[in-house]
Amino acid sequence: MGEAALKLVESDRFALTEVSVETQLAVERFLFRQAEILDEAEWDDWLALFTEDGHYWMPAREDQEDGEGVPNIFWENLDIMRMRIRRNTHPHAHSQSPHNRLCHVVSNVIVEKVEANGDVIVRSRFHCAEYFRYQVRNFTGKYRHYLKKTPDGYKIALQRVDLVNREGPYDYVMQWWV
Amino acid sequence: MTWSNDEIAKLVEPDRVHRKAYVDPDIFDLEMERIFETLWVYIGHESQVKNPGDYYLAQVGRQPMIMTRDANGEIHVLYNRCPHRGAKLCTAHSGNARRGLRCSYHAWMFHLDGKLNNMPAMQGYDGTNFDINDPQFHMKKPPRVDNYRGFWFASLAEEGQSLEDHLAGSKLAFDQLVDRAPGKEIEVVGDCFRMVQQSNWKIFLENQLDSSHPGVTHESTGHAALTVESDIKKHGEEPPMAYGFLSDFKRIGFDGWTKFGTVGYPNGHATLEGYMGLRPTDPDTNEYVKRMYEAYGEEKAEEILAVDLHHVLVYPCLSIQPPLQQLRTIRPLGPNKTMTEIWHFRLKGANEAIYQRALGYYYLVNSPSTMVNADDLFNWWKCQQGLESDGGDWVSLHRDYGRDYQEDGVWHSAPDSMSELPLRHMMQAWKTYMTANGKGA
Repeated sequence: MGEAALKLVESDRFALTEVSVETQLAVERFLFRQAEILDEAEWDDWLALFTEDGHYWMPAREDQEDGEGVPNIFWENLDIMRMRIRRNTHPHAHSQSPHNRLCHVVSNVIVEKVEANGDVIVRSRFHCAEYFRYQVRNFTGKYRHYLKKTPDGYKIALQRVDLVNREGPYDYVMQWWV
Repeated sequence: MTWSNDEIAKLVEPDRVHRKAYVDPDIFDLEMERIFETLWVYIGHESQVKNPGDYYLAQVGRQPMIMTRDANGEIHVLYNRCPHRGAKLCTAHSGNARRGLRCSYHAWMFHLDGKLNNMPAMQGYDGTNFDINDPQFHMKKPPRVDNYRGFWFASLAEEGQSLEDHLAGSKLAFDQLVDRAPGKEIEVVGDCFRMVQQSNWKIFLENQLDSSHPGVTHESTGHAALTVESDIKKHGEEPPMAYGFLSDFKRIGFDGWTKFGTVGYPNGHATLEGYMGLRPTDPDTNEYVKRMYEAYGEEKAEEILAVDLHHVLVYPCLSIQPPLQQLRTIRPLGPNKTMTEIWHFRLKGANEAIYQRALGYYYLVNSPSTMVNADDLFNWWKCQQGLESDGGDWVSLHRDYGRDYQEDGVWHSAPDSMSELPLRHMMQAWKTYMTANGKGA
């Protein structure tokens, strides 16, 4: 199991940690900015959100503890994210024409754990509307971020996304991250 | 409208198909009756119900089914319906009901073979026509249930070809799925992915063996994967082999697909020869081959591994990729709506790296975030939109028509072609089934 996945397993996913207003605001700002990056399609900024070995993860089952070695809806390192960006912005990415548009709302931000080195585990809820194929699709669920504190601010070591309808059925989920 | 057999037959010509075959609701109902509720339709793999009491839901045409395993290890297929007031018995996709299936409405309890066990306050039935041993009060069984190498099927026709006769040349898919396991057994990996296509079920099957589409449809993905691979190599590292499944779309290009032949077997089944033979000489593959030699002996192992397949279509409901242990089954929901269940199997006795490689394919190609099938689903949706319009009556299947050849009752595509043979072949089978009044082949 990867270090970041282990951190999430070891942390109490119902815990509430008392944090300073500054920490709460800094964490919220980070989450809100991540949502804005998706909505505004700022892909260089997206890649910069993650640590070098960071992962974006959407499990296929609720009881999954790690994305490694099991089926997932998303399990992406920076290489696969770069691939996805190149593919989705290619002029012949047919299903991206017309381009979809996203609108995220992130809320219920609860800092779960703060490590001595300043790393944070934070959980939140999101709602995302996607305009796609001339219709609006809705995705909603839980985020759980393991954020590393670095000189450049927080970086995502692992983002777990539990879609409320993870078992489907759906037309494929978004081609972008949710 | 009511369709006569003559009218149905006119929809399928040797090299073109009328759009009504894809969009007409009455044709769809007849397909359910004469194809999906007549032929052998896939239920699931035995490892989906590993333990006594396990159950899994399935669908045969419009009929909700349930596969169970009883205390003796026997597998049963039953209609998912309570004979009391008609409620569906199980609603979760899967679960365990070791003590039997219980209806949520009035607590009628059923054994895992579908027999009624008991219910509360049974004295209310004293002196009535109710009899606990009367099959009308048991869960109904489909007329025919059988399996081939652990893959279970049901047919709702009382009579017809045996399962093995129906599968004919497509048995190869199941043999390959199982034989490629050094442990001579396979099992499903977790639950399947369930995805809904906004298009007719035949469009999905046709796409699987249409070798002139990948270089076009998946160009963007091939290009992106090739670029990332070369970036990784620039840093002196080796990209994961699974990325090659995507970069192949660019590497093979458009014309490269002429190297891969297609075959049409009796009963509508068809195959596309593999471009993913997966016999590279990296240490992981070598280790796997070694295990295969140990399990089967060199000669037999080589015979198994030499079979080079990409897709096998088992008409009318399966698309199987044996070298990558993937299986997709279709559950039509309407003329313009099709559910797919997408499964991945683990080869018992194989080294972990072989599982990881196939898992990479399952993720990159077949998961709900797929960068490959997303463009397929989009094209199929566009086809459905166009076919529902009055912009034209016919679908063209002319590519290499007249150049295919037949040997021992099996059709082969013309050499060095991207022949639309499999598409023509399936539609000819469709015409046979659709005009046989529910008698199958």
